[in-house]
Amino acid sequence: MAESAPDTNGLAVEARDLTRRFGSVLAVDHVSLDIERAHIYGFLGPNGSGKSTTIRMFCGLLRPTSGTVRVLGRDITREPEAVRSKVGYMTQKFSLWDDLTVLENLRFIASIYTLGKRKAQQRIDAVLEEFKLRPLAGRLAAQMSGGQRQRLALAAATLHEPEMLMLDEPTSAVDPQSRRDFWESLFALVARGTTILVSTHYMDEAERCHRLAILDQGRVVAEGEPERLMDELPLQVIEVQAKDVDGARRELHTLPEVRSLAQLGLRLHVLIDQDVPDAAGRVRDTLARAGIAAEVEATRANLEDVFVAATLPGRQSGERSDA
Amino acid sequence: MSPVRAFFQRVGAIAAKEVRQLRRDRLTGAMVVGIPLIQILIFGYGINLDVRHIRAGVVDYADTSASRALVSQLEASQVVQFVHRAPDVRELRRALAAGDISAGLYIPPDFERRRLEAGRPIAQVLIDGSEPGIEAALRALASMPLRLRAADYRAPERPLEVLTEYNPERRTAVQIVPALIGVILNMTMVIFTAIALVRERERGNLELLITTPVKPVELMIGKLAPYVVVGLIQTTIVLATGVLLFDVPINGPLWQLYAGASLFIAATLALGLVISTVAQTQFQAMQLGFFTMLPSILLSGFMFPLAGMPRAAQWLAQILPLTHFNSIVRGVILRGAALQDLTGPLLKLTAFLVVAVTIAALRFRKRLG
Repeated sequence: MAESAPDTNGLAVEARDLTRRFGSVLAVDHVSLDIERAHIYGFLGPNGSGKSTTIRMFCGLLRPTSGTVRVLGRDITREPEAVRSKVGYMTQKFSLWDDLTVLENLRFIASIYTLGKRKAQQRIDAVLEEFKLRPLAGRLAAQMSGGQRQRLALAAATLHEPEMLMLDEPTSAVDPQSRRDFWESLFALVARGTTILVSTHYMDEAERCHRLAILDQGRVVAEGEPERLMDELPLQVIEVQAKDVDGARRELHTLPEVRSLAQLGLRLHVLIDQDVPDAAGRVRDTLARAGIAAEVEATRANLEDVFVAATLPGRQSGERSDA
Repeated sequence: MSPVRAFFQRVGAIAAKEVRQLRRDRLTGAMVVGIPLIQILIFGYGINLDVRHIRAGVVDYADTSASRALVSQLEASQVVQFVHRAPDVRELRRALAAGDISAGLYIPPDFERRRLEAGRPIAQVLIDGSEPGIEAALRALASMPLRLRAADYRAPERPLEVLTEYNPERRTAVQIVPALIGVILNMTMVIFTAIALVRERERGNLELLITTPVKPVELMIGKLAPYVVVGLIQTTIVLATGVLLFDVPINGPLWQLYAGASLFIAATLALGLVISTVAQTQFQAMQLGFFTMLPSILLSGFMFPLAGMPRAAQWLAQILPLTHFNSIVRGVILRGAALQDLTGPLLKLTAFLVVAVTIAALRFRKRLG
């Protein structure tokens, strides 16, 4: 049984051509990726891009239509039980029990993982401390705020000290302060050797990951370290600051070499093909000719530009319109 | 930890959680006690198949002392109560159509002559055939010896004597209350369990549970075990109320009754499980639960005898666990039968349980894939 021997030094996740169909809909389309241990790996993508479906296949909730995935060295479809005790999963929606208190929820999860009395008590104390839940121990989950519920969910997911955590849009229902605290907790967990897979649609969160896959329509359209993805974007990014943003936008849309336009407040990010010489000059001239006052300069790509560029082919096929 | 200990620890944890949630859910808690109490009061007092005091009208064209004696004799039977005296047949028919009366007695002008001619009816009873039960009661009344004819003044012929065993006073409550245990359990068990499981799916709890080491069978046993206890509590409530308020005798051994009830509870829980694998929302679970309720009440022999049903209905009744439990519970409580006398219904209940659990387990596993 050499095949099933857990491989503790290897990759946390190895997905090969993972595909999932729901009827006629191809939710995940030949996804192949590696996740290294003790890393935070991010899934960035719009709703319906296949993030949740992929995570659900990784933790054995859904069976792949085709392809394979090894989690912590074991085939999740063949040996789901061996993987389950080593993985913690946090669902997009709060999925602990509203009508149980913090302590009751944690005790229940501890017995489901058969931690044993002493170990359970020790772990519950530890997570109550770590996630600042001690003062809320007797409170019903239903009566807690979004941030508190999310802390409880993370506490429950880490109670059995999993080697890997899978978090499906964990911060979609919490305020910015709670989001910051949450990421602090994730970094603390990674420092102790836990592997974390997190899906998000926030750019700032994606930027904090060690490595990132951008998903669009079930496919991995870009993959790598966030810094490298930004540095190696094969497009020029021109930043335009104008009072008449709408006018500038209309004008620049007429340029054939403009691949995409994204608005960030009063600024526009214009993505232009790499081989166009003096792209900034062309943008500046176009706007000047139209009588639109604007500051134009070439700038470094941010993650949003990477995201927009990565999802471009889908737009050209006419399936998606302007973002 | 050994696999067996782990199994019991997880089942225990799920059962304890379920009890805690049940105790916190005031409405469900109230339903556990309230449904059986209200049902037994409604059915016990409300249903009376021994029909009495039917509102009736009379039109008496003869108006002789004998015709008046006929009216008072019929009224003395307590089956009918003459509340309406009509001047003519047309008025009698109007009152019947309006629903003011359910039966009408027509005494013809030649009543006195008819009394003397054996073989001819002396009067006629009109019956509202739209209501169940009335007709049978009045047909029984019509065959009552009235001793109104001259020829009738000898002892009436009664070739057959009827002896009603187990319920000599022919009280409906005695027939209804034992079977009511099954009806109430059927109603609450199916719906409670279906809802308890569907709720976990609806709230997303199931998605989390599936990713833990808990196995489907542990989840099912842990979730259902508390409801077995709830079912036995309800059985006790119905039984105690039946004995205290309706003087229902318990002729068989009590432990055998509880053993039979436990088997039936398991069968209804399994049915609830099957429903929970079909229903996506609590509302659907509720509707499906009620959908199984009505045939159970109508076809199980709870109110109408199985013997009188068309063949197809009898086959359908064999599928319903309530049919077999009614045989068991009437056997043990009223006829004082022992379980070994009731192997037929016991085996059929067991078969239902096995089939339902198998279907539920197969469908439940599918949802994980």
